[in-house]
Amino acid sequence: MLGFPLFPDQASSVAARVDALFYFLVSVSVFFATLICILIIVFAVRYRRRSENEQPPAIVGNLGLEILWTVVPLGLTMVMFVWGAKLFFVIYHPPINSLEITVVAKQWMWKVQHPEGRLEIDELHIPTGRPVKLTMTSQDVIHSFFVPAFRVKRDVLPGRYTTVWFEATKAGEYQLFCSQYCGTQHSGMVGRIVVMEPARYQTWLSGETAVISMASAGEKLFQRLACNTCHLESGAGRGPPLVGLFGKKVQLQNGQTVTADENYIRESILEPQAKITAGYAPIMPTFKGLVSEDGIMQIVAYIKSLTHEGTQAKK
Amino acid sequence: MNTQTMERRQHYLNVSYGIRSWLFTTDHKRIAWLYLVSVTFFFFIGGLFATLIRLELLTPQGDLVQAETYNKLFTMHGVTMIFFFLIPSIPAVLGNFLIPMMIGARDLAFPRLNLASWYIYSIGGLFTLIAAAAGGVDTGWTFYTPYSSIYSNTHVVLTVVGIFVTGFSSILTGLNFIVTIHTMRAPGMTWFRLPLFVWAHYATSIIFVLGTPVIAITLLLVGLERVFHLGIFDPELGGDPLLFQHLFWFYSHPAVYIMILPGMGVISELIACFSRKRIFGYEFVAFSSLGIAVLGFLVWGHHMFVSGQSLYAGMIFSLLSMLVAIPSAVKVFNWTATLYKGSVSFDAPMLYALGFIGLFTIGGLTGLFLASIGVDVHVHDTYFVIAHFHYIMVGSAVMAYLGGIHFWWPKMTGRRYPEAVARVAALIIFLGFNLTFFPQFILGYLGMPRRYHVYPPEFQVLNVMSSAGASILAVGYVLPLIYLIWSLRYGAIAGMNPWKAKGLEWQTPSPPPTDNFDVTPIVVHEAYGYETDEPQAIYPPGKPLHV
Amino acid sequence: MSDIQTIHAHQFDAVEQQHEASWIGMWVFLATEVMFFGGMFMGYAVYRTAYPQAFASASNHLDIWLGAINTAVLICSSFTMALGVRSAQLSARKPLMIFLALTIALGAVFLGIKFTEYYFKYEEHLVPGSAFLFEETSLARQAEIFFSFYFAMTGMHAVHMIIGIGLLTALIVMASRGRFSAEYHTPVELVGLYWHFVDIVWIFLFPLLYLLGRHL
Repeated sequence: MLGFPLFPDQASSVAARVDALFYFLVSVSVFFATLICILIIVFAVRYRRRSENEQPPAIVGNLGLEILWTVVPLGLTMVMFVWGAKLFFVIYHPPINSLEITVVAKQWMWKVQHPEGRLEIDELHIPTGRPVKLTMTSQDVIHSFFVPAFRVKRDVLPGRYTTVWFEATKAGEYQLFCSQYCGTQHSGMVGRIVVMEPARYQTWLSGETAVISMASAGEKLFQRLACNTCHLESGAGRGPPLVGLFGKKVQLQNGQTVTADENYIRESILEPQAKITAGYAPIMPTFKGLVSEDGIMQIVAYIKSLTHEGTQAKK
Repeated sequence: MNTQTMERRQHYLNVSYGIRSWLFTTDHKRIAWLYLVSVTFFFFIGGLFATLIRLELLTPQGDLVQAETYNKLFTMHGVTMIFFFLIPSIPAVLGNFLIPMMIGARDLAFPRLNLASWYIYSIGGLFTLIAAAAGGVDTGWTFYTPYSSIYSNTHVVLTVVGIFVTGFSSILTGLNFIVTIHTMRAPGMTWFRLPLFVWAHYATSIIFVLGTPVIAITLLLVGLERVFHLGIFDPELGGDPLLFQHLFWFYSHPAVYIMILPGMGVISELIACFSRKRIFGYEFVAFSSLGIAVLGFLVWGHHMFVSGQSLYAGMIFSLLSMLVAIPSAVKVFNWTATLYKGSVSFDAPMLYALGFIGLFTIGGLTGLFLASIGVDVHVHDTYFVIAHFHYIMVGSAVMAYLGGIHFWWPKMTGRRYPEAVARVAALIIFLGFNLTFFPQFILGYLGMPRRYHVYPPEFQVLNVMSSAGASILAVGYVLPLIYLIWSLRYGAIAGMNPWKAKGLEWQTPSPPPTDNFDVTPIVVHEAYGYETDEPQAIYPPGKPLHV
Repeated sequence: MSDIQTIHAHQFDAVEQQHEASWIGMWVFLATEVMFFGGMFMGYAVYRTAYPQAFASASNHLDIWLGAINTAVLICSSFTMALGVRSAQLSARKPLMIFLALTIALGAVFLGIKFTEYYFKYEEHLVPGSAFLFEETSLARQAEIFFSFYFAMTGMHAVHMIIGIGLLTALIVMASRGRFSAEYHTPVELVGLYWHFVDIVWIFLFPLLYLLGRHL
């Protein structure tokens, strides 16, 4: 209409909700900004100085007004807080059966890997109507994964996994930006999210031949790095058994209990001394420098796939 | 009354001449001028960087400068403007000049420390200029690790040393103000008779003193990590980059209140004088300043909502950030209410003050967008944030600074500036500012990230609008530079109280004598006693007002 | 003697006002120092919680006896400082100068022991940087963080001690010229406050750095 857009596309399940809160904030702001501007103009004009010796009345204040304009803004801001907090909670709590895709960021590109194995650079193909959860890490500095059309953003940190999720509602191509300054080509670290109808997505997914799933790639790495010599399937090895481990609570040597999530697995590979499982000796060597972040993502995918039912089925 | 001309009467400007009498002065008024020259210099340096940024952003491609140069430009723009202009500006220029006079004292508590503050500031500024000349730094003014501590190959250490050193200037100024306000008020000047300008600077000084040491140690650790490869913030070595962010923002959030509270103090003085009324709700405005200072220390995590900080911490910071907005809202309403049934005149300082109220309201309200954690996810690190903080720092703080400079110019120089030109300049600044920064709100919601050298073509129209506004704004800023300097020689001679304002500083000659008051005055009235013709202070019987 | 005690700086109206201003000024300055050191204590606390084992192991590499001796030395120096302030309050010039000199001497002993410790750490390859070597290699990176904080915090403390010794020297010179008396000895009091503060920082540093996981 104007030749340039004023609002981004609403292409995710949460976008409309973010926009709704935004419109509320805009309305409140327009109301109060207009109110103040009108009052200023009206008072300034109405009470403009007409003679040099005017003596305005000595008005000290009004407790009632002070209370009014403290309590009303307080009430409004509390509405904003609660609304925003609930939305935030939704934005960072992915649904259980999300499609899990991994992202490794580095100066200055996005490396994406689908669980079925397909790799992408600076692009992410996803289906509509399915929640997608991204597990992300950086190989170097802090980046940030930002898709304006989805209204989501999350910093991508070195040394840790962070996650973000979204469910695309509209097919199309949407901008992906890096939104945490990361060096010279920060503004070149852009990409596109390609959202497709589920059928077309399946076609795309199987488009590339000779691709193995992340879990299979992870299994290969697991064997190549000799993890299987200590982490025996039987559970009688020097290392704790990994079947059915993912998502469970783990008792540590120092009495603490932690959940075996992606970050736990990554840390165990790179800093094995950080959390020793109770009843096991601290003899696991570190694999820092021996496996890349992409490789770790694949191993994590493999370990996730080691459910009791799956292992039984394989036998 | 006094028929002596300014030239024959001795005052702080003509009591001694020569460069040494300025560089070794301990007179708070002369030190204020030293700072005025320095901060003006850094303002235009920072403005030069901004000009280049806005020129580059006229087109979506990176065709004016290379990417690394652009990254250095926005970094140096932020560092220069924040640490070397905004933070010192009102406190070190107007605060230094006026606080002793407003409380009826002859000088600050520690005049030599005051001079040392200026030297420390200048040395820090020198380091940063050397860093800029040697190639600059490209980490963003926020110096996030591990980029700044490991990956950047620009002059990080030199720049952080400059900021580290300048920080001590802030600390010493804050210390000086706190002690002065506590111990050197004239008889009868109780806390609740103080001008709100003094309250604002007291609150600011608390932040100076408690917050600045934290940025000092944080930048020191970044420097040590860079030089000795320590690994405190380096994840490769077990360090935590988020620790840097917490330490950095613990100071840098209160720092933004350092940048706005003094401006609010100025606005209180301007609104009162140019409505000829006492500020509505004086105690509420005074306590709001303190409230902002205290609450301001509790909200730093709102810069880190998407950073990987715990979600529950995020929610707590969101709640507290909403609370810190309330005292600012209270002030805006009180200033507006002051106009009611006042006697309003539209001299240039008042134009700046009225503009401040409108622009600060917009800036503050857009802060609520950022505090609403669900919306912040979308607009964080976009031009929305840039627009928000420029509405506060430029649309509000710089306008308050200019309004204050214009208001007290006759007192500081004994000259009037040309009023008509000044009003035009104020309007140009107001219009230029809005055209520059309002489109950036839209750009931000559209998703244009900040610190982007190149951008998608659909963002161009809004960027061109913004750059056009910047060119107008630049004109608006150059005008006062010219006519204020012009007025030093050719401006009309100012009397003791050209604005018929209340306040002890207006009961001294323009320019004042070195000791401000020949005898310590006795304060008998509240501040802003515009309903009476009597001055706020009297002199002990038998003593003349001034010779 | 001289009536220098009744004269105050021109910006003040009375000696009491000047004294009050100096007093408040020093306390505000000490508040800034608390925030300055506080940042480092905060960072230390974060990593201590994250890496308890590595920190305890690294802490055991510090020489607890040298640290304990240093703690005793500093506490004694605060005692001599307090005696110096007392002497000034009593216009006792010679005892004042003696106690100031003793405080400097004890401070110098502290620094001597500290730098000896640094040298030992250097020889043991425990200085962070490329030469760092920790025998429990799995904990090495985290131990290096411990030593980073060790050197940064005790180094910053040592810098403050050196400044304190400088101030004390200036006080001795001023005292020798008869500048202090019962009526006016504000600089002695203020430097005393500063010195006690530096002492207190060490009292926090010693257990946090030297005594982790020690079975005494």
